[in-house]
Amino acid sequence: MAFFLNSIPVPLKKNTADKPSVRMTDVKTVMIPMLMHQGTPATPVVKMGDLVKVGTKIAQANGELSSPIYASVSGKVTKVCDYLTASGKYVPAIVITADGEMATEEGLTAPTVNSKDELLAAIRESGVVGLGGAGFPTHVKLNVDFENVETLIVNGTECEPYITSDNHVMNERAGDIEFALSAFKKHLGIKHIVIGVGNNKKTSIENMKELASRIEGAEVIALPSTYSHGSEEAIVFHATKKVLPQGKLPVDIGCVVCNVTTIAEIGKYLKTGMPFVERYVTVDGSCVKEPQCVIAPIGVSLEELFAFVGEFECDPERVVYGGPMMGITVPSLSAPVLKTTNSVLALSEKETKFPKETACIRCGRCTNNCPLGIAPAAIEKAYARKDVEELVALQVTACMECGSCAYLCPAHRPLVQTNKLAKALVKEANN
Amino acid sequence: MDKMLHLSVSPHTHCGRSTSSIMLDVIIALLPATIAGVVIFGLNALLVVAVCVAACVGFEYLFNLIAKKEQTIGDYSAIVTGLLLGLNLPATTPIWQCVIGALFAIVVVKCLFGGLGYNFVNPAITARVLMLVSFASVAAPAFPAGVDAAAGATPLVQLANGESFDLLTLLLGNHGGAVGETCAIALILGFLYLLARDVISWEIPVSFIGSVFVFSFLMEGDAMKALALTLSGGLLLGAIFMATDYVTSPTTPAGKLIFGLGCGLLTFLIRYFGSYPEGVSFAILIMNLVVPYIDKLTKHRIYGGKKA
Repeated sequence: MAFFLNSIPVPLKKNTADKPSVRMTDVKTVMIPMLMHQGTPATPVVKMGDLVKVGTKIAQANGELSSPIYASVSGKVTKVCDYLTASGKYVPAIVITADGEMATEEGLTAPTVNSKDELLAAIRESGVVGLGGAGFPTHVKLNVDFENVETLIVNGTECEPYITSDNHVMNERAGDIEFALSAFKKHLGIKHIVIGVGNNKKTSIENMKELASRIEGAEVIALPSTYSHGSEEAIVFHATKKVLPQGKLPVDIGCVVCNVTTIAEIGKYLKTGMPFVERYVTVDGSCVKEPQCVIAPIGVSLEELFAFVGEFECDPERVVYGGPMMGITVPSLSAPVLKTTNSVLALSEKETKFPKETACIRCGRCTNNCPLGIAPAAIEKAYARKDVEELVALQVTACMECGSCAYLCPAHRPLVQTNKLAKALVKEANN
Repeated sequence: MDKMLHLSVSPHTHCGRSTSSIMLDVIIALLPATIAGVVIFGLNALLVVAVCVAACVGFEYLFNLIAKKEQTIGDYSAIVTGLLLGLNLPATTPIWQCVIGALFAIVVVKCLFGGLGYNFVNPAITARVLMLVSFASVAAPAFPAGVDAAAGATPLVQLANGESFDLLTLLLGNHGGAVGETCAIALILGFLYLLARDVISWEIPVSFIGSVFVFSFLMEGDAMKALALTLSGGLLLGAIFMATDYVTSPTTPAGKLIFGLGCGLLTFLIRYFGSYPEGVSFAILIMNLVVPYIDKLTKHRIYGGKKA
């Protein structure tokens, strides 16, 4: 039975969609970790006491799978400290005390781009990585043979509750998106561009349609705006009518998927030479009185960011990078805005409260609502027996951890957690 | 040091539904049938249902206490089992038999197998079947006051004997049978409530009831008689409330259709060729046993993968 790409009725709470974004410029300090992307941490090129401006390079890429980092405020490098990433790794972080000027680095000019190599080098230099959340270096992702890869899919679906940063980028930065896509078309040899936008974003769809009309081979498709239709699996299927085979990348079936903010930030660099130093962050959650989409400097603490939009309505129980379905909790409000931080949410105890766990009652909600057709209840039982063979047969490794199962489970079983553990167990057994 | 926040794996929000809220919905859905049963059969019916519920909750409480297990009566599943057991018994069932049925359902079928979620057959159905084969009082139907019980026959028996039966009486339930099985309107109300609350899906009740209707029609060649047969006996109560028990029915929509069809076929075979007039309980019990195999046959196809 073909039974995938289901969605679940999570309330989308896009509270900030209709308010214009606000730029945050009055910042005290920023703490910029050297690892905000997948790959090797960047290598610092500044030392304590150095004066930096907005756009000054403070760390260079270390190898191909890495990304340079630029100062997001003007001021003085006052500290280099340890930062614990969400994956449990300590990396250095550079602390800059801002001078309040927000002066920009002199001599930033648009890069010269006349070939594919020059374009990829420029993208690498821009400091842009996958800004939808994954943080995979974009210059590596786009370094494919576009003779065999026909389609560039631009993902503007943004289906997680609360988050509106891609939405704001599509409404406010259409020029940058167009500039980047035109350059991609010219130098990478992409034949077909599909911009997928959630059908709840009417203005974004119009904006994207308008710019697509000026780029040959570009089209806009409206996707269901229900959760989890923004997944790579879903958008690849909607854009190409092809199913992404398990364990394969989109490039294996002739497409590359990029988040729309990634494209816009590349466009800005190609146009102006200003590298990636600030990003759209949705500041929301049940504890935030006046939610707002903020253009925030990379490295600003969540404490400063939340204070910028106003006071908390109630004490946050959990604070999350990203959405409530797939986001990562932060240990304290001193955590910084990262390159990949599209949203920070302060969630109340009421919103995050899971009632008491009971035994699985086999209601089937997890299995029948999994967008990929996986059976979390069966995986949970197989994992309890540490039955690797059964876990492989249940194809647990296909799980994208969208959280639909655990969101619906009336027994409140930690299904996503178990899937993560089961995936790790399968991986371990294969080594 | 900054204030430490709660760290947790995603998702960070929940739809709010719980095991107990689902059980509560089932209890609410059974209320029309319970009230109808008391109206039709009198206070004795209320006594039977109340004793079954109290005994089921009491035995689960005691079992957990003696076995030093975490108390589970708060999930309300014992209330559902008690209600279903009571509604499946005639109003004339002696109290001590009700207590034995509850003991068997809760302790033997449910708790000894690990409690809610681990029983492989439906506790209320199994207890009812045990009582049916053990106690003559359970096998004999009760009759509402004013209904001529001299014939000693339920609509199902009368229909089997070639007599006709008034459809309105079947819908209202003013005829012989178990407490909660006679009033079709009340049962259908409960069904609609469960569908509206997304507690159960349509597949099992529709395929179960539908297949009994189709088989009866094929045997009788008379749509009205097939409809009367479909509204008689324990079919609606069983198909809507017992066959849809999550724990003992298949998970996927395809599996549910197969399960309902199997229940319908077995009910039909027992009704026409078996030695009991009614086969709903036996049919569900037998189909409960093959659920693991149905589940295995009807797994979802996984995106980008082979059929698991």
